[in-house]
Amino acid sequence: MTSETGVGASVKRKEDKRFLTGKGRYLDDINRPGQAYGAFLRSPHAFAKIKSIDTAAASAAPGVVAIYTGADVAADGVGGLICGWAITSKDGEPHKAPAHPAIAVDTVRHVGDQVAFVIADTLAQAKDAAELIEVDYEEMTPVVDGAAAVAAGAPQVHDDVPGNLCYDWELGDQAAVDAAFASAAHVTTLDIYNNRLVPNAMEPRAAIGDYDSGNDEILLYTTSQNPHVARLVLSAFVGIAPEHKLRVIAPDVGGGFGSKIFIYAEETICAWAAKKLDRAVKWTAERSESFLSDAHGRDHHTTAELAMDANGKFLGLRVNTIANMGAYLSTFATSVPSYLYATLLAGQYTTPAIYANVKAVFTNTAPVDAYRGAGRPEATYVVERIVERAARDLGISPVELRKRNFIAPDAYPYETPVIMTYDSGNYPLNLDTALKLIDYDGFAARRAESESRGKKRGIGLSSFIEACGIAPSAAVGSLGAGVGLWESAQVRFNPTGGVTVFTGSHSHGQGHETTFAQLISEHLGVPIENVEVSHGDTGKVPFGMGTYGSRSLAVGGSAIMRAVDKIVEKGKKVAAHLMEASAEDIEHANGVFKVAGTDKQVTMAEVAFAAYVPHNYPPDLEPGMDETAFYDPTNFTFPAGTHIAEVEVDPDTGAVEVVDWAASDDFGNVINPMIVEGQIHGGVAQGIGQALLENAVYDPDTGQLLSGSYMDYTMPRADDLPSFKIETTNTPCPGNPLGVKGCGEAGAIAAPAALMNAITDAIGVEIDMPATREKVWRAAQSAQQAAE
Amino acid sequence: MYEFNYHRPGSVDEAVGLISEDAKILAGGQSLLPTMKLRLAQPSDMIDLAGIPGLSDISVDGSTVTIGATATHASVAASSAVAGAIPALAKLASGIGDAQVRNMGTMGGSVANADPAADYPAALVGLGATVHTNSRTVAADDFFTGIFETDLAENEIVTKVSFPVPQAAAYVKFANPASRYAIVGVFVAKTADGVRVAVTGAGGSVFRASDMEAALNGNFSASSLDGIAVASDDLNSDLHASADYRAHLVSVMAKRAVQAAGG
Ligand SMILES: Cc1cc2nc3c(=O)[nH]c(=O)nc-3n(C[C@H](O)[C@H](O)[C@H](O)COP(=O)(O)OP(=O)(O)OC[C@H]3O[C@@H](n4cnc5c(N)ncnc54)[C@H](O)[C@@H]3O)c2cc1C
Repeated sequence: MTSETGVGASVKRKEDKRFLTGKGRYLDDINRPGQAYGAFLRSPHAFAKIKSIDTAAASAAPGVVAIYTGADVAADGVGGLICGWAITSKDGEPHKAPAHPAIAVDTVRHVGDQVAFVIADTLAQAKDAAELIEVDYEEMTPVVDGAAAVAAGAPQVHDDVPGNLCYDWELGDQAAVDAAFASAAHVTTLDIYNNRLVPNAMEPRAAIGDYDSGNDEILLYTTSQNPHVARLVLSAFVGIAPEHKLRVIAPDVGGGFGSKIFIYAEETICAWAAKKLDRAVKWTAERSESFLSDAHGRDHHTTAELAMDANGKFLGLRVNTIANMGAYLSTFATSVPSYLYATLLAGQYTTPAIYANVKAVFTNTAPVDAYRGAGRPEATYVVERIVERAARDLGISPVELRKRNFIAPDAYPYETPVIMTYDSGNYPLNLDTALKLIDYDGFAARRAESESRGKKRGIGLSSFIEACGIAPSAAVGSLGAGVGLWESAQVRFNPTGGVTVFTGSHSHGQGHETTFAQLISEHLGVPIENVEVSHGDTGKVPFGMGTYGSRSLAVGGSAIMRAVDKIVEKGKKVAAHLMEASAEDIEHANGVFKVAGTDKQVTMAEVAFAAYVPHNYPPDLEPGMDETAFYDPTNFTFPAGTHIAEVEVDPDTGAVEVVDWAASDDFGNVINPMIVEGQIHGGVAQGIGQALLENAVYDPDTGQLLSGSYMDYTMPRADDLPSFKIETTNTPCPGNPLGVKGCGEAGAIAAPAALMNAITDAIGVEIDMPATREKVWRAAQSAQQAAE
Repeated sequence: MYEFNYHRPGSVDEAVGLISEDAKILAGGQSLLPTMKLRLAQPSDMIDLAGIPGLSDISVDGSTVTIGATATHASVAASSAVAGAIPALAKLASGIGDAQVRNMGTMGGSVANADPAADYPAALVGLGATVHTNSRTVAADDFFTGIFETDLAENEIVTKVSFPVPQAAAYVKFANPASRYAIVGVFVAKTADGVRVAVTGAGGSVFRASDMEAALNGNFSASSLDGIAVASDDLNSDLHASADYRAHLVSVMAKRAVQAAGG
């Protein structure tokens, strides 16, 4: 049974009181004694040689404490930024990882590249001084488009990366795919571009470096999704300080969407400069800086071909993708268009042969890395658009074509030809549920009604799949990850019965403080208000891997459950002693220990008290009630579902209105349905944003970011969105103790294809994202003309 | 932002007296402050109009609506007097930017700034309004001279704008999805002196679509505009809309405006 605060209850978020009353402590709310302020001078050019930098006038400006250039950083032995996932090209060569200095040394490679860091007593002084730095640039011709970068004669972004090719990687059985195409009755092809996105977390990135000379310890506050990973990289690779002399705190963080996974130049420099100056140094990105320097998302050119038999059964899929990495490799950039992408190209289907070739290329643009979904939205987008086109080509309904090719509900575990083993699912159920939610059968009537008003109506499906709970360590290690991807948890009872949970996951909007507390409330019978969740401080919590890839509940929550198991095991021994029974006879449920077959019982609170005041206590048992656990799963989790979008297009202007949305998602067990719904709302909004509105556009000639502010970069807003109809189905995940799969990215993965398929259905032609009004208008015009 | 001297004059004359070469008038700050924050503008002095009594007054008599220079967009949108006399004007004000922008941005600031994508210029030209300054009056047709350019002299301050009440009017805007400024906005008014059609957002500055005016003077109905388009040659082209598309949108928005104005 669901208690009011246990598993399955829509408990209101504990953290919201603090956030909604302005009591959150975001990075810029924090100040350190004697703190100085830093401002970066950034490159105005996309590609240029730095011939000289003159800081004399700037150094003499009022309030200036120090000015550092790339040469200063290099001279001090500070290492460059790293990429933590090694990809091997199909010829056996390791990927090319050119030098990535925190401050550019002799060449700037994208607009916004760091050129110098000015530290002054006030921020205004730092900015004033930065303007006095004279940099003599020799401009070069940039290349910004991924496909253009691999063309013959393209400008070379790095001298040591011929042809701008980071890697040329493949996955799958090419011969089997060729054979499938040779025997196909029909082949559908698709050429698409997955647009580049700026993450736009509400809180911009920021950092404070501080130094305690007495203990020779650096304290770094930073907007991170994974403070321990930041500490590890800054220590082991950049060489800022040994791990035990570097404490990293990621306080309340206002959104990440992936962009705060990575270890950036700015936080590196703040930590380093603080020690050098023996003074705290704060840097906070302005929004314009965020546009230029946060790692962007997506940017894929893809050609795909789907081979089918005469009945529309999928025989083979061939995919060629050019992935734009930007100017340098961000921390996990290489994994996104390879193992997080091509491994999901089977989608929800039984396609027996799949081959993918991915070329990752350098350009003169901001680095590209994981962004909500990371590789998996790109995969779903390719698969679900080509399936839609195939349905149109073959004249089979898109619902029917999907059903003909779905993996059957009794086929698990199911091994795909792209190295994934799906553990559970019921794809037809999700599709049917979503069809019902949107009243698919009533669509024809709704379309006729729209037509009577001169509007074009369309409906589009997306049956998505993702691999979440990013782990297990052995698997990711064999695929090139430089880290293990387990998670840690510590469950600490206080003598008076309250609990603090220390988690290696990091919450930056996900509601962990509530969901994790619900686990304790459910399994240990502790009132939820007596549970505190602590995260984000390497000085407090055990080493943890952080939050991304919808892993916090599946991996971090499972670690908590392991710690809970240890608490219960110890509690049984204490309870047995208190009740003069043997530990084997003690049964535990919801924080109550009973002697089996009797009415004797003690509560968890009593047991915890006895553990801290062990006057009457088992002689060979340690006092205290405080257990730590690490959890490393055996497989990814595989959330999946179907989203359906319904749109109305104004053919006079090309304006698309999203009039309805239905989603049926299988996230396994759900701990807090309200929080899950919120995650779907946010994810779908982001997916609609990508499909309809958002676009990071670089000028092909100058390399300037044309959509570098909210005057031109369109974020989705409430009035762009319909009310969502959401249901969840449940095939519990067999791979973790909670049976959960993860829900953080699903919406952003599912939505773009659903929306674009709906627009195609409305206007009869396919276009690329974003479906801007002019693009839709032109396409509708040309379709009209073709029809006449 | 760079350092500057801040002034808060108590009268228009005092404000005019404070104007110097590098000084800037400050009204709602919605255009000026962002450029200062980006360090694109560096005024030596800021002359804040907010403390001048009476400058934000809104008044309506039988045939004229007069709006003070520091009247905010929100106050125009909320004014029942404006809504009663020229509903299209109140509605236009309610569609500017977002709530924060409307609470700060002013009539005088918008008009003096002459952003090619701003909404008010379409109302001024569409209604044949008169701009009042500390020293003279200027017809709206002569006021907007180019991209961010007006007929204002260096030491001139807009004090109010008076709008003749039309027989019927409507404004329809196709907003930039990011900024919500006009990609194309068309103000159509039926006045005693004939129909006026003013277009904002499409070109470097607000302009009148004379072919459309002629057609509507013949017959005030949307169908009179069939086949009439503005030339795309001088229209803006950017990330959000090409010149061709803007020219097309002018026709669409003009028809919708005529319909909304009862034609
Ligand atoms: C996010 C955003 C969205 C917006 N969207 C829209 C929109 O959809 N439509 C639209 O029309 N506008 C829009 N605006 C502009 C806004 O509505 C203001 O009207 C505009 O910024 C100028 O008014 P202000 O009072 O803020 O002037 P300020 O910014 O204070 O001043 C602007 C300029 O006018 C000068 N000035 C101000 N008052 C006077 C005066 N009385 N006499 C002489 N010179 C003067 C100043 O010196 C300055 O050069 C938007 C602005 C923002 C920030």
